[in-house]
Amino acid sequence: MKPSYLQKKIVNYLMFTLTGICAAVSVGILFFILGYLVYNGGKSLNLSFFTKLPVPVGEVGGGMANAIVGSAKVLLLATCIGIPIGFLGGVYLSEYSRKSVAFVIRYTTDLLNGVPSIVIGIVVYGLVVHPMKHFSTFAGGVALGIMMIPISVRSTEEFLLAVPVSLREAALAVGAPKWKAIVTVVIPAAMRGIISGTMLDIARVAGETAPLLFTALGNQFWSPGWNQPSATLPVMIYTYAISPYEDWHRQAWAAGFILLTLVLLINVLARVALSKGIYVPRG
Amino acid sequence: MRIRALALAAGISVLTGAVAAALTLTGAGATFPYPIYSKWFNEYHKLHPDVEINYQSIGSGGGIRQVTEGTVDFGASDGPMTDQQLAEFKAKRGSEVLHFPTVLGAAVPSYNIPGVSAELNFTPEALAGIYLGKITKWNDPEIAKANSSVKLPANDIVVLHRAESSGTTYCWSDYLSKVSPEWKSKVGTATAVNWPVGLGARGNEGVAGQLKQTANTIGYVELIYALQNHLPYGKVRNAAGAFVKPDLASVTDAAAGAAAHMPADFRVSITNAPGKNAYPISTFTWLLVPAKIQDPAKRKAVVDFLHWMLGPGQQMTEALAYAPLPKPVVSMEEKAISKVQ
Amino acid sequence: MSSIPVSRESALPKGRALSFWRRLRAGEELAYTITLTAAAAMLLITALIVYVLFSQSALSRAKFGWGFLTSSTWDPVAGDFGALPFIYGTVVTSILALLIAIPLGLGSAVFLAELATPKISNALTFLIELLAAVPSVIYGLIGIFVLVPILEQSVVPVLKTAFGALPIFQGPFYGVSVFSAGIVLSVMIVPFIISVSREVLLAVARDQREASLALGASQWQTVWRVVIPNASTGIMGSIFLALARALGETMAVTMVIGNTPQIKASLLAPGYSIAAAIANQFTEATGDLYLSALIELGLVLFGVTFVLNGLARILILSTTKGGHA
Repeated sequence: MKPSYLQKKIVNYLMFTLTGICAAVSVGILFFILGYLVYNGGKSLNLSFFTKLPVPVGEVGGGMANAIVGSAKVLLLATCIGIPIGFLGGVYLSEYSRKSVAFVIRYTTDLLNGVPSIVIGIVVYGLVVHPMKHFSTFAGGVALGIMMIPISVRSTEEFLLAVPVSLREAALAVGAPKWKAIVTVVIPAAMRGIISGTMLDIARVAGETAPLLFTALGNQFWSPGWNQPSATLPVMIYTYAISPYEDWHRQAWAAGFILLTLVLLINVLARVALSKGIYVPRG
Repeated sequence: MRIRALALAAGISVLTGAVAAALTLTGAGATFPYPIYSKWFNEYHKLHPDVEINYQSIGSGGGIRQVTEGTVDFGASDGPMTDQQLAEFKAKRGSEVLHFPTVLGAAVPSYNIPGVSAELNFTPEALAGIYLGKITKWNDPEIAKANSSVKLPANDIVVLHRAESSGTTYCWSDYLSKVSPEWKSKVGTATAVNWPVGLGARGNEGVAGQLKQTANTIGYVELIYALQNHLPYGKVRNAAGAFVKPDLASVTDAAAGAAAHMPADFRVSITNAPGKNAYPISTFTWLLVPAKIQDPAKRKAVVDFLHWMLGPGQQMTEALAYAPLPKPVVSMEEKAISKVQ
Repeated sequence: MSSIPVSRESALPKGRALSFWRRLRAGEELAYTITLTAAAAMLLITALIVYVLFSQSALSRAKFGWGFLTSSTWDPVAGDFGALPFIYGTVVTSILALLIAIPLGLGSAVFLAELATPKISNALTFLIELLAAVPSVIYGLIGIFVLVPILEQSVVPVLKTAFGALPIFQGPFYGVSVFSAGIVLSVMIVPFIISVSREVLLAVARDQREASLALGASQWQTVWRVVIPNASTGIMGSIFLALARALGETMAVTMVIGNTPQIKASLLAPGYSIAAAIANQFTEATGDLYLSALIELGLVLFGVTFVLNGLARILILSTTKGGHA
């Protein structure tokens, strides 16, 4: 006996309602997290959070000014290391590589992208911290920089490949050498995408905590230069969250709020820029 | 874009440059004395704005490890380094490492039992039994017999210990090894042990945090963490048979014997001390300073700080519930500072 | 415009033109070499990671051999190290996370790919991708202060009355546990399953759906019997990808798993994961063997995620390519 039309219809509605509920729950989680952080973080924020140094353990007050600057420095360095290598690697994959070589590199890149961040922490401790004999902003930057490379490679490649073939052919037809065509035509055409990709890349590593535990360590003062241990926002959130002090919990919420706002803001901006079309300007 | 990046770089260099201190020392290790250390380093920086001492409380094991690897300028630990660790230090760094006691503290059995606010009495057998996993209920006769006036619930005991390598663990396991032969043979004394039972939390901060979050827990923390967090903590029966509350006087008493027989390298255990009023789970906590510091500026900063710590620094300890060093130990240390070359 | 450089060139003397071309060729070579070096850096970095993990874990590998993976002792005093409790904790939390995340993620993906209008689908996908961007430590923060109390007060008592007879829900619950870690992980990996599965579902060819609908199947029947089976390899890929994420996740797990190296049948008991063990103990391991054992844990984690990610990529590639063809 085949199911009746009505039965079919009921199952149809029921199952699709269920999928709708799944989607609602998934999106709901985001709003739940956001709501909690905005509520707890918002009421915990004050001016000294941005301007003061941490106070001794158990005392009330102070802020995370050094961690904010520390995070900015680590990210700046990571970007300087990760983006150029990633960008050039992406150019190679999309413009120069032969099929078999491209496959190997693309595959390795994806695997590298999946390496747990804590493993990167161990490796950078072994390669940078241990030989240099100190924990440092530099080591933290290297760790996050390595994490940025594979993402940057793949996004650069993707946006370059999206540039129409006709545009390249036009450039080559006028007698421009290939590299010149790439530099003057292909890359500018994909620039918007590449910049957005870079921003997403920065946002992804901005919240990384695990690799910084063994590299940047922490610091209750300012960290001048690049060779001193440095406080960073994610590590501060971690240490403050597991502590027993109410006031540190408050600051952990505040820091979480700031971190999440920054990460989501960058994401939204970059994605909006992308959705407006990255393709070639006409003319 | 480029202009923005330049502005950012300039902004950062101004921010960091403007506040750059002449000298930064990095230390890492014990969480046990972290409250007093962060107070000291903060005060010291106010007195000497050109010196910043960055201290990260990553655990005593970490202090020993990182000072041995040379990734920090000094370490800190609540358990003295073992002979093997000293040999390893010498092999890796080519010089000695010096122990400088800074303050005295106590590891206290702290608990969170809903409905029980009384101060509990713990026998050594009860503590060893709980941490060996043999005593599993709060109303176990071994706990109840020392607390006849308290109504203890029949709840399961949730045992908390440190997740990482810790000097507080050293002190706690050292004490249990002295009072329980079974603990000594099965588990032993170290900064990190193979726990028969319990939940791990990171740092004294983490154990205190977990204590507050979870009901029916027992954990061991440095006295100040129990005080700052308003956690109840119990008395422990000492070697003389008296139940003693951990406080400045009873910890100082525990150190009294050791002060008279202090070995030249300051590595001494004062758990289960004989005095009538001595709190049995007390310990010195040490700074681990390499005997050879290449950079003369850093060497001077370390030496200056050690002198300050033994002088004005000692006056700040009591406010944070740490016992100051006995006088004879201070004068011994003053002499030992000259070994830092 | 385009003819200008050409005519200028032809006007140049022959010798100069030649060197000009050579310079250009050099430029070409240079561009090629530079980009190739950058691309080769991927291989180099991967090799370097393997080398560091492998060489620095030599002490532990020599001492324990393969027994490292099967021994359940973790005794820093005696210097006896075995990875089993950490492997167990990692695997159990990840499986638990998948059990929750697969139905939730697939359901959402079907909704987004099949039912929602493109506009709504894109908007929701956008939000879900934002969820993937939330840093791990923030999940940990929410885990400690929000999720654990909720589990303790409402969820676990209900579970215990309903399924208390099952060994997986026995024993006391302290808040931090394998169960809590699994829940936090499930939330963290759902976005990966959704966004990849949605792509894969959308890639299933139009004519296959239309054929099914023409035969009188309802829309749901079409999804269930035609679209999902056709996309199943890619969906498997998304699951592997999510699994690899879950296995390597560190901070959120460390904050809620309880950090106790033990193997218990109950999900309510605390446990330990590989990544959490490294995060907690790496900087403070005293003794070279201890450190070496931790690095070997890192090697194990690296190996497992490497294989899983590799499989995932192959599966996803094979369906999205197949779908387009």
